[in-house]
Amino acid sequence: MNFIIEILKATIPAGTPLLLGALGEIYVERSGILNLGVEGMMIMGAISAFGITTMTSNVWLGILTSAVVGGGMALVHAFNSITLKTNQTLSGLALTMLGLGLSGLIGKKYVGVPLPNKLHNFPIYGLKNIPFIGPILFDQDPLVYVSYALTFIFWFFLFNTRFGIELRSVGESPEVADSAGIDVSKIQYLAVFIGGVMAGLGGAYLSVVYAPAWIEGMTAGMGWIVLAITIFSLWRPERAIFGSYLFGGIRVLQYKLQPFGISPNLLNMLPFIFTILVLMLAAKEISRKRISAPSSLGIPYFREKLL
Amino acid sequence: MEKLLQMKGITKRFGDITANDRIDFELNKGEIHGLLGENGAGKTTLMNILYGLYTPDEGEIYINGAKVEIKSPHDAIKLGISMVHQNFKLIQSHTVIENVALGLKDTNFFYPNRQIEKEIRTFSEKYNFKIDPNVPVWQLSAGEKQRVEIIKAFCRKARIFILDEPTTMLTPNETRDLFRLLKFLREEGISVILITHKLDEVMNICDRVTVLRGGKKVGTIDIDRVDKDDLARMMFGQDIILKEREEYSISFDEDIVLEVRDLTVFSDKGLPAVKDISFDIHRGEILGIAGVSGNGQRELIEAITGLRKVARGSIKILGEDVTNVGTKEILNKGVAHIPEERMRVGVIPSMSLEENIILRSYDKSPFSNGILLDYSVISEYAKELISRYKISALDEKIPAGTLSGGNIQKLILARELSISPVLIIASHPTQGLDIRSTQQIHELLLRKKEEGCAILLVSEDLQELMDLSDRIAVMFNGTIRGIIDIDRASIEEIGSLMVGV
Repeated sequence: MNFIIEILKATIPAGTPLLLGALGEIYVERSGILNLGVEGMMIMGAISAFGITTMTSNVWLGILTSAVVGGGMALVHAFNSITLKTNQTLSGLALTMLGLGLSGLIGKKYVGVPLPNKLHNFPIYGLKNIPFIGPILFDQDPLVYVSYALTFIFWFFLFNTRFGIELRSVGESPEVADSAGIDVSKIQYLAVFIGGVMAGLGGAYLSVVYAPAWIEGMTAGMGWIVLAITIFSLWRPERAIFGSYLFGGIRVLQYKLQPFGISPNLLNMLPFIFTILVLMLAAKEISRKRISAPSSLGIPYFREKLL
Repeated sequence: MEKLLQMKGITKRFGDITANDRIDFELNKGEIHGLLGENGAGKTTLMNILYGLYTPDEGEIYINGAKVEIKSPHDAIKLGISMVHQNFKLIQSHTVIENVALGLKDTNFFYPNRQIEKEIRTFSEKYNFKIDPNVPVWQLSAGEKQRVEIIKAFCRKARIFILDEPTTMLTPNETRDLFRLLKFLREEGISVILITHKLDEVMNICDRVTVLRGGKKVGTIDIDRVDKDDLARMMFGQDIILKEREEYSISFDEDIVLEVRDLTVFSDKGLPAVKDISFDIHRGEILGIAGVSGNGQRELIEAITGLRKVARGSIKILGEDVTNVGTKEILNKGVAHIPEERMRVGVIPSMSLEENIILRSYDKSPFSNGILLDYSVISEYAKELISRYKISALDEKIPAGTLSGGNIQKLILARELSISPVLIIASHPTQGLDIRSTQQIHELLLRKKEEGCAILLVSEDLQELMDLSDRIAVMFNGTIRGIIDIDRASIEEIGSLMVGV
């Protein structure tokens, strides 16, 4: 029993960077923009949070910086894909490459440096005593609680506010939204920016809370898993929780299974094998429930077409 | 009468084409104003300018005497202008409520749905029609979708409603309901602009009418001072004589070209869309399929052309079983296909005219030697077809997507009819085309009939079906409600079969 609680308790922090990134990417894709730069924005978030925390000893300042850096990188993608209407796949990939390279360069002097300060677990009085789920859910660090709240907020705004209707409409049909007087570009810029902020936060969580350390290329494909979770969650924030913790759990299992003599190479493959499985499952569910990706995903919007 | 809106000297050019040439337009408060003209006369362009979708090159707009700048639909909506487009601006996967809520700035930020649902119910009770606010829009009929559009406009407190060809997709009953609703709106002091090319509608419901021709204004006139002939003259510039159908024979051979037996086909959603349908088409016969779109016509055609799997039943062409044998094999039996969505299915818009023309024969001599294409032969052939089918195009190298709708349709006909078909499947062949292109296409089809082709003609335009068909089959809800010989058919009877009465 304690072993299970221990694994599940470790699952949540392991899944949190994915959850943060996926919530953001869900909004981005709901607005009709595809941002493949999640990996790049995450790792830039990770290094900027780590750097600023090392310099100032203030973890929260580091986390805030990662949000600004992630959002700033996303704006480059937004400018490319919304204003210039370039190919979104290429622009996103470029962002990933840029992020991986730049973070390695900036991070040279931080390799092996210990973080002066870290976020401590903050058990919530009362709730943590609930049997079984208490220690799993409510004996975590503050950023995990923030991620719970953000999941609710992202879900609530998407389905129960005017902004949510506008965001979903822009991604389904920018023509319709435009003719209803919605500023399509503004909504898309905002969504892409939010996506960047969230990816940055996800990266920060990795380097200043989860690890806490700076290792070059430490996101190790998490940005791509975020994209898979976005599809698996059928573009619904509340479902992103399951996908993220599933992959978090797999990551925890990787460590827990090592003592049993299973080849670490095999274990390292696990998340990606699961990525393929999850995408297959999602494809099945998508066809069964007749849901689809936002109809205009990845297609640039031009208002005035020639005759 | 109070002048609500004035548009002065509106000019809009697209490249070399002047779509609107110094047009003046006026609208009074509480009137239904027809905007009449052929396709391509510039009606929709003018209204798109009023609605802020296009920016005019010249001209000014005044509302209540004050000059306004309309740069986007957002500005138009703020000025109380709403537009119901021909292709509804609705989001298919969203509910009625969400569609109405979109763009309503004065709703609550949180839970906008609750407030909107109440407004929809009030509106539908007041004007006495039914609509379920919680269903996704893709489940609604065309008439219901249009009502959603009107509710949208109403909830935005619009004072000017622009309706673009609102009756194209409607059944006769739905049209009556729409006109009733428009009269209610007029009593509320709302002004309606009705874009149309149907003279009957103008005579029926409008107070005044403005006629456009070739991008220029012909005139504005009170309805009680004109009759249909006057309006037709204004629209076309001369009296046009439509060909009488007596010129064509309505006899056909006994030989069966297409034999469909107990055919069942499923829709994309996995539901039966065509249910146990049987019919024959003979040599030299045109069989018309009437019906409101979405009653299985598309699936039927896709099954016959091999684009959709046949679940049960059989299809024979000239006695040979072609059930589920694949599109290429079916087409090679001598089947010409003029598809419904000409831009998406009929041509490859980014490829040149000549390449589009040989799409069905690129792999055969003399266009290809098996490996390489012979572009000099292709280009000669394309030039010949372009002149024979009167396609107006700069040359055969320009992309097909740059042609107008009528010319694209002629391009498709040129390609399909040049294979000397035995069977022609034509789906909405003249939808959205101007009267001249329509006539040319009708003549082509009738000539092929005289040459002995069997033709399956699916159309929503009852007049077209009455003019061309030898027999008319009415499809409703996946079944054929009866096949009527043309000399015993009436539009009223077909109309009522179409809606399942």
